[in-house]
Amino acid sequence: MPKPMNPNLLLAIPLLPLAAAVIAGLFGRMVGRAGASAITIAGVLGALLLSLVVFKQLVFEGASAYNGTVYTWLVTDGIRMQVGFLVDTLSVLMMVVVTFVSLCVHVYTIGYMHDDAGYQRFFSYISLFTFSMLMLVMSNNFMQLFFGWEAVGVVSYLLIGFWYTRPTAIFANMKAFLVNRVGDFGFVLGIAGVAHFTGSLDYADAFSSVQAIAGQTFEILPGHTWSAITVICICLFIGAMGKSAQMPLHVWLPDSMEGPTPISALIHAATMVTAGIFMVARMSPLFEASEAALSTVLVIGATTALFMGFLGIVNNDIKRVVAYSTLSQLGYMTVALGVSGYSVAIFHLMTHAFFKALLFLAAGAVIIAMHHEQDMRKMGGLRKRMPVTYWTTLIGSLALIGTPFFSGFYSKDALIEAVAESHRAGAVYAYWCVLLGVFVTALYTFRMLFMTFHGEERLDHHAKDHFHDVGWDMKAPLVALAIPSMLIGFFTIQPVLFGGYFKGAIRVLHHNDVVAEIGEHFHGPVAFALHGPLGAPFWLALAGVVCAWLFFLKNPSWAAAWESRLKGLHTLFSNKYYFDWFNEHVIARASRGLGQFFWRAGDQAVIDGTLVNGSAAAVGWFSGIARRVQTGYLYSYAFWMVIGLAALLGWFLLKAH
Amino acid sequence: MITLQHMLVLSGLLFALSVAGMFINRKNVILLLMCIELLLLSANFNFVAFSRYLGNIEGQVFVFFILTVAAAESAIGLAILVVLFRERRSINVEDLSTLKG
Repeated sequence: MPKPMNPNLLLAIPLLPLAAAVIAGLFGRMVGRAGASAITIAGVLGALLLSLVVFKQLVFEGASAYNGTVYTWLVTDGIRMQVGFLVDTLSVLMMVVVTFVSLCVHVYTIGYMHDDAGYQRFFSYISLFTFSMLMLVMSNNFMQLFFGWEAVGVVSYLLIGFWYTRPTAIFANMKAFLVNRVGDFGFVLGIAGVAHFTGSLDYADAFSSVQAIAGQTFEILPGHTWSAITVICICLFIGAMGKSAQMPLHVWLPDSMEGPTPISALIHAATMVTAGIFMVARMSPLFEASEAALSTVLVIGATTALFMGFLGIVNNDIKRVVAYSTLSQLGYMTVALGVSGYSVAIFHLMTHAFFKALLFLAAGAVIIAMHHEQDMRKMGGLRKRMPVTYWTTLIGSLALIGTPFFSGFYSKDALIEAVAESHRAGAVYAYWCVLLGVFVTALYTFRMLFMTFHGEERLDHHAKDHFHDVGWDMKAPLVALAIPSMLIGFFTIQPVLFGGYFKGAIRVLHHNDVVAEIGEHFHGPVAFALHGPLGAPFWLALAGVVCAWLFFLKNPSWAAAWESRLKGLHTLFSNKYYFDWFNEHVIARASRGLGQFFWRAGDQAVIDGTLVNGSAAAVGWFSGIARRVQTGYLYSYAFWMVIGLAALLGWFLLKAH
Repeated sequence: MITLQHMLVLSGLLFALSVAGMFINRKNVILLLMCIELLLLSANFNFVAFSRYLGNIEGQVFVFFILTVAAAESAIGLAILVVLFRERRSINVEDLSTLKG
């Protein structure tokens, strides 16, 4: 008989990083630099160990999932707002991934932020982020989910603008915040929809009443009836689009690279941006009920996966290439969600968290070694100068492009096969997008690798003279992440995808279950990997690598020639499809104009002009008239008195009759 | 035969006269005081008339009170006038308009 989980143990998991964040943040001067990093690392390490304990209990000892409330915040009109945990196989997987990557990033930060004045502040923020993310994934109700959702958003905002004296950083964090507001608006509407139709914010209540909601329709605009569940799911997905940077709400993610690199790795690649993916997977019972919402998810994900990949090819900033790669990979995960392959999406999320964090941390190591130079055109040949970073980046890149036996291969190949199996509207489009995306991924990944680590050195004098490889405090996390990047797919694909790992956590309708269909042809990870070269993705990835080699290593002049030949396309990519231009010139300008209009018409004219100054002017006007009565002459007062007396008397007498 | 109506008409005439005196006179404050006296006297006359008409002595008692108050009022009014004259060197009504808005 497995023993039930201890809620205090679960409570300790998010609270340890929170306590560490408070100590490092508020008492940073007292504990000092070494103290701050030691405390926060201890906090995250504790959270990781406890998560592993929970993982062991849940997965190996067969404990049942914990779903309970630890604190009721308030009850209003029958809706309970409470803090509670739902710890099942899905959330425990996220907890382990989040705390593990967070721990690696914490350790890495010691070296990365070594010379920074905001050392303690940084550690406090990333621990606070870990707390928020854990609250998000462990939640058992929408209220706490929303809390975690916003809390990670705030920390992301703080960290993008960590170097707050840089105008670009301030611009970027404002942009991230505003774009996320758009998504959160949809998310709140979705939550409100759930609360409206189920009368509860609890996941369990919402999921159990899906059938009841599914039949309902309501009118937003008169004359148009909409299915309630589709509207709710699309609203929730708009929230996911903001957080997980899907088109067209992706614009903040590349700019978020203004933040320090450990943050790009932890928040803007491995964990926070996957919150949207996690949320949709968590809401699988709701999404399963709406075919239309899933098709929307599918198409948006596919578009993001392919078209954001293109942008990675033309970028020269090493971090931005990885950022576009993240966008594209998030698109892949969204595609998996769209074809009801929730478990594949989470599987890809997990493998991606490892290799993308690895790639970012490696990029950060290069940047530090190069004295904060991020332009790949000024790098090259770093292979001999920083071998550990090179080899770990190579592992990360191979995992990213989906080389057989690497973790990325298992998740990405399973994902593409899942899309191929699906019959949902938009699945054909999505299939071609993800398939082409494989080629694009390989092209930009190896372009980055070749430009940075291979070929001739293009370092300028300053970088050459001051070049120094990073220390082991930064290399150790790279190695620690390289191991799961290589191996985790091989060991986990069988149980996670086909072994019923997510049983009870993710619900898929039988006729939508694409993962089960792949499972029928699955004969172990080795056979799966050996089967890889028979499929198109393998050859596309290889073609991408060869193209990258030809264009960026062997004959760099070809790249320039093609660039001028495809000038229009290159301009389009360099300008990021003019999304930023559109947002700044159309949306931002229109809202500024609208604001100006309301300021002029509403604030200045109506409120200031009419109400405030107007009432004062009316009083002034009236008193200007009234003061004429006050002549100061005795006889006129007497006259008015007599008139008044006569009037009163007259009225009195007339009334008497 | 002098009836109540005659007396009331006389009283009303006196009242109107004094009020007119207040409005028309725009020069002298002393005249104003005199007009007020006349006003009170017309009121007294009313009292007396009704007292006689109703055969009730109380109205006539009231007249004494009013006369007393009127005397006191005139004394105070004149005293104020003296102070005012010292201050302003004028008792012209048109100069005394500081209450003007």
